[in-house]
Amino acid sequence: MLYIPGNNPAMIQQGGVYGADSILLDLEDAVALNQKDAARILIRNMIRVIDFYDAEVCVRINHLSTPFGLADLEAIVPLQPSAIRYPKTESAEEVAELLTIIEKIEDRHGLPHNKMTLHAMIETAMGVQNVFNIASQFVRVDAITIGGQDLTADMNIVYTPEGTGIDFARKRIVMAAKASHIDVIDTVFPDVNDEEGLRKETEYAKSIGFTGKAVINPRQIEIIHKVYTPTEEEVRKAYRIVKEFKINSAAGVGVFAIDGKMIDAPIVTRAEYILRLANVTVG
Amino acid sequence: MKPKIAAQSGTFESSDVIILIEPLPDHSGRKLEISSTVMQQFGESFKRIVVDMLDQFELTDIHLIAKDKGALEPTIKARLETAIKRSLGEQEGTM
Repeated sequence: MLYIPGNNPAMIQQGGVYGADSILLDLEDAVALNQKDAARILIRNMIRVIDFYDAEVCVRINHLSTPFGLADLEAIVPLQPSAIRYPKTESAEEVAELLTIIEKIEDRHGLPHNKMTLHAMIETAMGVQNVFNIASQFVRVDAITIGGQDLTADMNIVYTPEGTGIDFARKRIVMAAKASHIDVIDTVFPDVNDEEGLRKETEYAKSIGFTGKAVINPRQIEIIHKVYTPTEEEVRKAYRIVKEFKINSAAGVGVFAIDGKMIDAPIVTRAEYILRLANVTVG
Repeated sequence: MKPKIAAQSGTFESSDVIILIEPLPDHSGRKLEISSTVMQQFGESFKRIVVDMLDQFELTDIHLIAKDKGALEPTIKARLETAIKRSLGEQEGTM
């Protein structure tokens, strides 16, 4: 997920060429307070005409407690991007209030309530405490994300590359997403020159369950894709597992062995996930 | 309708355009100063976009300066709309 500052036309019009899985047009932290109106109008115009290729397009709006949040919704909801990303989400009540406003705008424009989704950003200690309710109670919330910089600020700790201070939050947010069967996206790695650090952090994020990672620079996309793309060996193994599973299932066998190792439902589920990532189907 | 205050939008960055608007005395009409790095290729189109937008807001007694660095049409329209609304006092972020 590539962050693009909402008031930068050059970056917006080039946003789709870098191969990111999704583009996040940012009206919040990347836009100066006295340019919020300009960014809102620019994004509204650009979404209508710019080709972002296969990337999912999301817009991060300002929080409703700011003077800009409602105006952002009025401008962006009628365009129905793939998702709206809501910053500093702290409670399910807050999400319910937001969805009520979104649906009223959609009703005014004759739009359905089931097309555009919502990504809730967890960036405060209170948000971390309430994350399961935020993740699990709304059909339209199809992803949650952690905002590392804001979270450390809220916790009065210093953000470190090791991520020690936000490790509990990371794991709690992942668990809430897994229990709710939605995506969970890791925070940005702020040092664009530290490619090894980015690779290590991405590998860690993947290992604890994050399904993707946000980036602030197109240079970071390839490293993240490399970490998340299954290796050829993993894909071959997964293919064999799923194929054998289909053959054995057809014969009424639930548990079987490959190379002496027991294969049961959880292993098949993981193999199917790897094949989905690799866009491979078993005939 | 005429601008209430001087206002600007946009930047001098590549692919952007900077728009400056100031009110003129009553019955002055429109004074447009448009320059672009692609004036030869897109100058007429640029002028049409400006005039159409001013017509849409029914603006007169206005001095508008546009300095373009190769902005796309949606960017030009966005910067015009922002500057016009700021000059009408409809949005925050004026010069």
